[in-house]
Formats: sequence, C-alpha cells, structure tokens
Amino acid sequence: MSIATTLDQLSLKQNAEIVAIDWAAISESEGRRLRALGIDEGIAVEKLHKGMFGLNDPIALKVGRMMIAVRKSHAQAISVALIPVTIPA
Amino acid sequence: MTQSAPLIALAGNPNSGKSALFNALTGARQKIANYPGVTVERKSGHFAFADGRPAELVDLPGSYSLDPTSPDEEVTRNVITGLQQGERKPDAIIIVLDAANLDNHLRFALEVIALGQPVVVALNMMDLAERDGLTLDPAKLSEALGVPVVPTVAVRRRGLEELSAALENRLLQKDSAPQPVVSKTRDHGLRKQAKLIANQVIISETAGRRWSERADSLFLHPFAGPLILFAILFVMFQAVFAWSEAPIGLIESASEWVAGTVESNMAPGFLRDFIIEGAIAGVGSVVVFLPQILILFLFILLLEASGYMTRAAFIMDRMMASVGLSGRSFIPLLSSFACAIPGIMATRSISDPGDRLTTILVAPLMTCSARLPVYAIIIGAFIPPTVVGPGIGLQGLVLFGLYVFGIVGAMIVALVLRSTVTKGPNSGFLMEMPKYQLPRMKDVLIGLWQRAWIFMRRAGTIIFAATVVLWLLLTFPKVPEDSGMSQVDYSVAGRIANVITPAVEPIGFNRDIALALIPAMAAREVAVAALATTYAIDAPDEEAEAKSLTERLQSRWSLPTALAFLAWFVFAPQCISTIAVTKRETNGWKWPMFMLAYLFALAYVAAGITYWSAVALGL
Repeated sequence: MSIATTLDQLSLKQNAEIVAIDWAAISESEGRRLRALGIDEGIAVEKLHKGMFGLNDPIALKVGRMMIAVRKSHAQAISVALIPVTIPA
Repeated sequence: MTQSAPLIALAGNPNSGKSALFNALTGARQKIANYPGVTVERKSGHFAFADGRPAELVDLPGSYSLDPTSPDEEVTRNVITGLQQGERKPDAIIIVLDAANLDNHLRFALEVIALGQPVVVALNMMDLAERDGLTLDPAKLSEALGVPVVPTVAVRRRGLEELSAALENRLLQKDSAPQPVVSKTRDHGLRKQAKLIANQVIISETAGRRWSERADSLFLHPFAGPLILFAILFVMFQAVFAWSEAPIGLIESASEWVAGTVESNMAPGFLRDFIIEGAIAGVGSVVVFLPQILILFLFILLLEASGYMTRAAFIMDRMMASVGLSGRSFIPLLSSFACAIPGIMATRSISDPGDRLTTILVAPLMTCSARLPVYAIIIGAFIPPTVVGPGIGLQGLVLFGLYVFGIVGAMIVALVLRSTVTKGPNSGFLMEMPKYQLPRMKDVLIGLWQRAWIFMRRAGTIIFAATVVLWLLLTFPKVPEDSGMSQVDYSVAGRIANVITPAVEPIGFNRDIALALIPAMAAREVAVAALATTYAIDAPDEEAEAKSLTERLQSRWSLPTALAFLAWFVFAPQCISTIAVTKRETNGWKWPMFMLAYLFALAYVAAGITYWSAVALGL
C-alpha cells in the first residue's frame, strides 16, 4: 500500500485505506457526521459508484457493510492509500 | 409504576428496521405529533406485556450518534437523557441494530448503553443477515455489551414475544440491573470497540448473495441510472393524473349529490346557502385533493421503503448542488408539480435545516396541477393554435414555457435564499444508501394513512375555514333587489376588489381580475369559476361555461393583460393551504409570511414586466 491519492481520485472497485483526513477542511459538525457514519482514519473503503455522467461528485463508498454517498468537497479532504488486491483463499 | 404505564423508547440507526419494529409492536394505532418547538415528529403507540400490562412506546428519530448533527438526532439525545421538553425520561430503551451491519450500528448502541439506563437490544433483520451469509452469536453480543440481546425479524413478527419478556424483566429489576460493561469513550475509541465486538459476534461470514450491489450497478449507472430515474418519475406522474381522474369525478358528483339533497330538503334561506355553498363546497374542496395526494404519497413511500429514494437523491445531487440544495430536495420539489402540500410535507426527509427551509420556500414555484385549469382557459382564449414546428403548437409551447419559467424562478430564488436568509453551513450530503428491500405493504399502508390523516386534519381545517370565510365575503352584505348591481360587486369581496384595483392596474389587471384573485386565494383553479361568476355566466355545464368564458375574456382583456395574468400565476402564492402547511412545517408564522410576501412581490414584478414588454412590442 504505497500509492497515495485522495478519495475523489480513486478509481472504481479499488480497495483503499483512509490514511489521513484534513479535518480543517471540513466543518466540525460535518466531521462528526463523517465519523458517525464510520468514515475515519484507518478505515478500509471501496469506491463503488460515480455520480451522474461519471462525475466524481458525489461518489458512493463502501464502508464496512454500508454504502455512503459523499460529495467531492469531502472526498478531496480524505487521503487514501491503495490496498493491493489479494485473492481470498 | 402504578400511576402511569412505563415509557419505552425505541432508538437506533436509520435503516435499522426501527419503524418496522415499532409498527409490529404497536399496530396501526399510533399517535403522531411534533415535539414542542421543533418540527421533529413524535410517534407513539401502545403495546401490552404478556400479562396485559400496558406500556407506552415512543419511536425516536434514527440517529448515528448521541453527539447530534441534526434536529432529529438532537431530539433522540434529549429524550434518552431525559432533557427533552414535553417528554418524560424513558423507563427503558430498546436499541434496534441491523444484524447485517453490526460494526457500524454498534457504535451508537455503545454510546447509549454507556449512559447506564435499562437497555434491551433487538438484533433486527436477522433473516437478511443470514441471506448475506452472516452467522451471528447473539449470546456473545449480550455478554460483550452486558445487556439482554433478542434476535428479531420485525417484518415477520419474529422475536417480538421474547423482546417483550426481556423488556419486562429489565423493568422489574430496574434497581438491581447489572452495570453494563461498556465504558464511556468517544469517537475513535467507540468505533474500535464496535469493530472488536462485531468481530467476536460474527461466527462465520461467507459471500452471500450480492443482489443489492448488482442492482446498483444498473440503478446507479452514470448513464442508465438517470434514464431509469426519469422513467420511474414519468410513470409516477402519469399515475398521479390518470388514476386520480375517476376518484376525483366520484368525489365531485358525491358532493353535488349531497348539495342537491340538502337543497331539496331544506327551506331556502341563509342556513341552506351556508350549508351548500360554504360547508359542503368547503369540505369538497379539501377532499378533492386527496386522490392525487394519496397516489403521490403511495409512490413516495414505496420509493422510500425500497431504498430507491436515496439513489434518486444520489443521482440528482450534483444538479441540485448547483443551486445550493442537495439531492434530498429533489423528490419534494418534484412532488410539488402535482401539489405543493405533499411536497412540503415530504421535506421532512431533508436533515439539513437550511436545505429543508429553502426547499419549502421554493416548492410553490413548481407548477402544480391547480394552475392547469387557469393556464388552459387563458391560453385557449388568447394564444392562437398555430403550429410553430413539426408537432409543436404555439399553445403547448406557451404552457411548457410557463413550467420552465417556474423552475428557473425556483432555481434563482433558491440560490438567492441560500446566500441570504437561509445561509449557513451545508451538511454536505453525507447519506447512507441502505440495501434494497421489498416494501412491506402493511408498513406502507400505515404510512399512507398517517399522511392522509395529517393532511385532512391540518390542511383540511384551514382550507375549510378559508372557503367558508371567502363565501361569507362574497355573500354579504346582500345586494338590494332594485339596485341593479350584482351580488358579487356589492359584497365585501367586491369592495375589497375596488381597493385592490388601483394597485394592480399598473401591471395591466382590471377590476374583474382583482375580484377573481380574492376567492382564488382558496385555490388557484377557483379563479376560473370566479371569473365566470364575475362575467355573470350561467352555463349548464363546464364545457359551455369554458366556451362562453373564452368569448367574454377575448372581448374584455387585451393580450398583454392575459399574458400578465399568466405570469402572475406562475409566482403568486394563491393557495391558503400551502401557507397553512408551511406554517405547520416551519413551526410559526415567520416563514409562511415571508413566503407570502416574496411570492406576491415576484408575481407583481413578473406580471408587470410581462405586461409592459407586451405593450411595448405592440402585442
């Protein structure tokens, strides 16, 4: 897991781990809501869908067993590292 | 516990099946009110323990955290901690967890358990978890949390007796309840703890059927997704207008029959007139809205219960964001094309207060069905049926233009409002999209009944009162028989029209229009009947009325006046029931008054510009 990017730039079906969130770029209550929905540093995410016409705003993320819609403005503040695909035994 | 039944609060994440459990425990007899000072719904009902002792059950708004980020979550926090005005502290709390989503839902459960109140956990939607390939150990969960855990499938009424027994146990040994093993930690700690517990409880996990994800690769497809959305919306609107025709006809003939029966059985006089023209017409004008509202809500509830609604919001979010709103506003605004009342009622699903208020304020700009009769008669009378292109007539083009006019107006107003009066931090559209689910008919019907009841009671009383008041204004004082004046001219309404006329003359309106605008406050389409009354048209049926009204209008109105009249109706808040619903949904008179003022101002300006432009162009 070396290649780092932000969540909005992540390609589809790519597993990644959140390595850092720029909390200063997000308001306090939005930050709390992000964490309440399970989006936080150290969490594994997968980008499932892009928005209308393939725009990266909003995007649908898989977090645990939930699917969460996130706008680009938030996704840009979330840095992720790619997790290499492992074939399950 | 002798003085009153114990209060049990139902708490849990959104999409945990909490409302289905609430419906299963209480049945259809539920009480809906607002918590004082906020527009958060308080849903309560009764259920009985095995020995018949009653308990009151209250369904708290779905929450992700006790650290509130919305008015809904604030109420949940306040009720649970006993701080909510108008609510006693619950004697026990049922925490509802989605069994298939433990790591996320346990976070909120841990927060609530840490408060130390008597808690029972309902491990809900066990069947779906199993279908997803999960095998869970409820006993392990109970051990880890230090509270009783009951597996349930609310929609199949499974586990309800066990839940009630566990609850009863918990209430009896209230004082000697074992201390929960959960410690008070925040955010990061909570999440890690939740994950840890979830890992212990999940015995095995096999790749289950991923049909929900597969469905999304179609419904959320960047190109097919929007097309499917518009196809669904097309069917919905088709249904709202096509299916409601027959019941509306039935309601109209029923109220005519009742009026006829009263007429032939009562002596003429004030009381008979009041009953027929005031009361029966008033009730009729309320009930006639019901078919469209019910059909619209049936679709909205089905879309909500199936989980598709959040997908529609996802698809439309980018577009709505460009005017400062979010995807959540899309369905309420869309509903407003049928009628602003269900549209405004549907804004409750918007969690961000600023978004919600803006959506409520612009909802009346969507061209509702009540405007159609007005548009139809004016366009029919003044716009020639010329063909301007292949399959495109000028009349249809003007009608389309009026719709676009309303939409563009709403977008501009939303932008302006969002940077002025409803300015504030945007919640940024963070939204959970739950798995697709087959809607359960019983839950949908309960929801439908509740919306219909709210409409009848709240909007109904006001529409009824307004119709009666308008009738009184048009009926009194009685015109002296030898004066040669018409009753309408002589009435209070006629005198009010005299006062208004100088104010509307600059925008091209004459006194007849001023007079028609007064009763049209009850509902826009009344303007047509009011004009017919003013021009003393006594036609045997609607068709003949429309025909002769068209002729009178053509001879008395100039084209600029007619166009100004159309422009006026795009914006004018000529609908007391919308104002009434806005008052209820915003909890006060401030915003409905603001709405009334800004819409009248816009209508005046738009009509004025239209009139003078048309005059300048020599139309």
